[in-house]
Amino acid sequence: MAKAEVAFVPLSQHQTLWLVSAAIGVLLPLAPYLPYWLDTLAGLALFTRGWLLYRRFSLPPGWLINLVALAGMAGVGLHYHTLFGKDPDVALLALFLALKLFEMRSRRDAYVAILLQFFLILSQFFYTQSLLTGATMLITVLLVVSSMAALNRDDQTVRQQLRVAARLLLQAIPFMLALFIFFPRVAGPLWGLPADAYGGMTGLADSMAPGSISQLTLSDAIAFRVRFEGPVPARHALYWRGPVMNDFDGQTWRIDRTPLLEHLPYRVDGATVGYEVTLEPHNRYWLFALEMPATIAPEGVFSADFQMFARGPVRTRIRYSLRSSLEQRTGLDETAETLDRARRLPPDINPRARELARELRIGPGGRRRSDASVAAALLARYREQPFVYTLTPPLLGHDSVDQFLFDTRRGFCEHYASSFVFVMRAAGIPARVVTGYQGGEINPVDGYLLVRQLDAHAWAEIWLQGRGWQRVDPTAAIAPNRVEENLAAVIPASEPLPLLSRPEMDWLRQARFRWEAISNRWNQWVLGYDTQRQLGLMRALGMNDPDWRSLASILAILCGGLTLAFAGWALRQWHRPDPVQAQWQRFSKKLAAYKLSRHPWEGSRDYSRRVRAGIPGRDGEIEAICTLYEALRYGRLAGAGQLAELRQRINDFRP
Amino acid sequence: MRTQDHNTLQQVLQTASTIILGKTYQIRLALACLLARGHLLIEDVPGVGKTTLAHVLAHLLGLEFQRIQFTSDLLPADILGVSIFDREHSSFCFHPGPIFAQLILADEVNRATPKAQSALLEAMEERQVTAEGQTRPLPEPFFVIATQNPSHQVGTFPLPESQLDRFLMRIALGYPDRAAERELLAGADRRAMIAGLTPVLTPETLITLQGAVANVHAAPSLIDYVQALAEHTRHCGEFVTGLSPRSALGLLSAARAWALIDTRDHVLPEDIQAVLPAIAGHRLHPAAGTTSAPGSAEIARRLIESVPLP
Repeated sequence: MAKAEVAFVPLSQHQTLWLVSAAIGVLLPLAPYLPYWLDTLAGLALFTRGWLLYRRFSLPPGWLINLVALAGMAGVGLHYHTLFGKDPDVALLALFLALKLFEMRSRRDAYVAILLQFFLILSQFFYTQSLLTGATMLITVLLVVSSMAALNRDDQTVRQQLRVAARLLLQAIPFMLALFIFFPRVAGPLWGLPADAYGGMTGLADSMAPGSISQLTLSDAIAFRVRFEGPVPARHALYWRGPVMNDFDGQTWRIDRTPLLEHLPYRVDGATVGYEVTLEPHNRYWLFALEMPATIAPEGVFSADFQMFARGPVRTRIRYSLRSSLEQRTGLDETAETLDRARRLPPDINPRARELARELRIGPGGRRRSDASVAAALLARYREQPFVYTLTPPLLGHDSVDQFLFDTRRGFCEHYASSFVFVMRAAGIPARVVTGYQGGEINPVDGYLLVRQLDAHAWAEIWLQGRGWQRVDPTAAIAPNRVEENLAAVIPASEPLPLLSRPEMDWLRQARFRWEAISNRWNQWVLGYDTQRQLGLMRALGMNDPDWRSLASILAILCGGLTLAFAGWALRQWHRPDPVQAQWQRFSKKLAAYKLSRHPWEGSRDYSRRVRAGIPGRDGEIEAICTLYEALRYGRLAGAGQLAELRQRINDFRP
Repeated sequence: MRTQDHNTLQQVLQTASTIILGKTYQIRLALACLLARGHLLIEDVPGVGKTTLAHVLAHLLGLEFQRIQFTSDLLPADILGVSIFDREHSSFCFHPGPIFAQLILADEVNRATPKAQSALLEAMEERQVTAEGQTRPLPEPFFVIATQNPSHQVGTFPLPESQLDRFLMRIALGYPDRAAERELLAGADRRAMIAGLTPVLTPETLITLQGAVANVHAAPSLIDYVQALAEHTRHCGEFVTGLSPRSALGLLSAARAWALIDTRDHVLPEDIQAVLPAIAGHRLHPAAGTTSAPGSAEIARRLIESVPLP
């Protein structure tokens, strides 16, 4: 009965204002991920609600709200073609939250809205999990908790309510840490999502056409981060091998089916470097490795053309450790079938390039050149003729290689790699295009090597008898600085390049390095705190083989202990006497030996009288103490000096 | 607050003590009650000086005094006044009753019928009288001292609890001790002594002092104490009903007045404890099944000893 009455206490204006502002705080960060019309609708609803509140108008009738809700649901259904799935459901919840605010008749409604708000705050993680998102979420959580505080105590100021909420959140931190560290992790990502979540990820594709890589270099998003065990190898050795393209249709290079291997197809000899890659999700199978891998990542498989694949599309940030051998010889005994595939060309296109291949075969004196010198001659041609390395090459037509080699001579790495491989194949030399990333940038703050989308690169690989597969980077022949330094070093300032990779933006870059180091920490230790990290931490804490049971019991013990500690603290706060009272108790304790401890109900004057009677001859001291206490405890004005005096007098009092 | 006013208060106490011998505590309570703008009920057997106390206070404080002897045939009009047709002016003319005075002694209030009792008690609460459609304010200050015989005596109508609550304090005078009684017997005629008293206070000073009571500081911990006492009476199960918020307010203002008489500007727990018997005694009734009805002092002592000072 009493409970029901409490539930139907109407909300005050102040409380409703809290709920509306918390709803704005919750919905605002979600706005970019919701359909525009829904943003508009929710914004309009919130604005109307605020206006009604401000003018103290009554709420619209229930049927109108229901009608808008139905229309909104229909809109969501039409927009997504379904009502189920991550996006439509988040949209529906956002709609419901905006409309629920029109139904704020009682405390119960408010709690429903708060529950919705908490859920929606969490749903931000579906879209982005960056540190910034975490920070905004924290602010919105503070807002929502403040509105909860306002629901329970209406007589406080906004500042007081914020302070209450902040204190509640601070008190929750130990629990959060305990849960975070010890909650048994499931293998797999914490934020496992339905498949529609990965539309907008960028990265290297399974095909390469002129322009596809230069498009990628406009983004300075991070592709992956690498931490080397030892010193970072020289920049020109940092070829991060990605998709290998064997199939050419005249315009586009594509990867083709290659057999998958469980072990490396070559024997690793020589020194290797160890490193750990944290790969950003790109929704493809490939894992990037420094050429040439000496181990296979535990999550990966290897292919006959030396690519590493994950077992599924990389949809969350993953981390893998690898070793690579920088001087590895590969493919010495390559199968004839592979070599044949690496010579295949579509018929009848690029006649001039084919002619060039024939010419290059003929060396000085009419002798037939070796494969190696054909390649060298072609590279020399790139160097000697006026080829230009540019991000904005002219468009190419049907015989793209011919046009590039003989007419435009302007291109980006994919043009050079593509034309080089074409001419090699035309000359009968097995060759293929390798895409991936080249270089990277050391973050001076935390020492991680950052490889960005703008480091995307394409190069060639040719097979030479007795030497196996050899990397040839025609871009290096045109623009050696691309490989030695970075893209900005070779691209003229007039061309579009991400603002931050320009050298003159140095201070901004420093700030960004800082920020990226912090985000990396967040990624590595918060988002990337998975089963393995947990296991590692538990081992470091001295637990040999923690399973979920022992983790759960640690968690229970920790949370129980924390709760007890908080309860004890709260109890102490409750019973903690003020300093005056503490002194007074001390005085009573000193007299306990004379059976003169104060009765709990005894006032200072009565006590003073009794003590004076019990210990004759000390009237002055006793009375002074009692009078001081009386002034401090019951008087109108008392200063800290008097408290100090009381303390001193009680100290000096020897009964 | 001026020291002069304090001195006059002390003077009132001293002079009253010379006439009513050995009852300093009760006189002081009566004065505190007056300063706290409450009404006083004196309950005792006849002949212990109830009326004398009222007389002494009226004289010393310079108040206009009226005495109403309550009998079983007393009518409300006898208290409040009546309108009588005036032939000269051909209109009704109101003749105010004895209630229109600053200090009323309602003697043996429990001898009258409930109807007459309630006429007095309504006036006490409202501090105004409504007779024949006209509301007339009572003088300021307005103070009622009612006396009653213990209700087990024959021919009484005991005041119901709701009306008892109108009295801020109930005190008993009790028999004087041996020395005091001897002095009384050997001394001069009390009535003559009262007649010879000169007022120490004026009604205006009394009103100022009543205002000063409200300014006596009650520290938060002291208010906690009042609350703790009230809460204890409500939850301990020893009483039929606990102290009402009005009683708690009364307790606090009586304690303030007590402190004022003691020339202090702040209240001490001792002040609360001193006035508690008079405040709580007539409001707390032992619940059925508890030990035989204790007196006010006993109730207050038990209450004080079961609530620690916060």
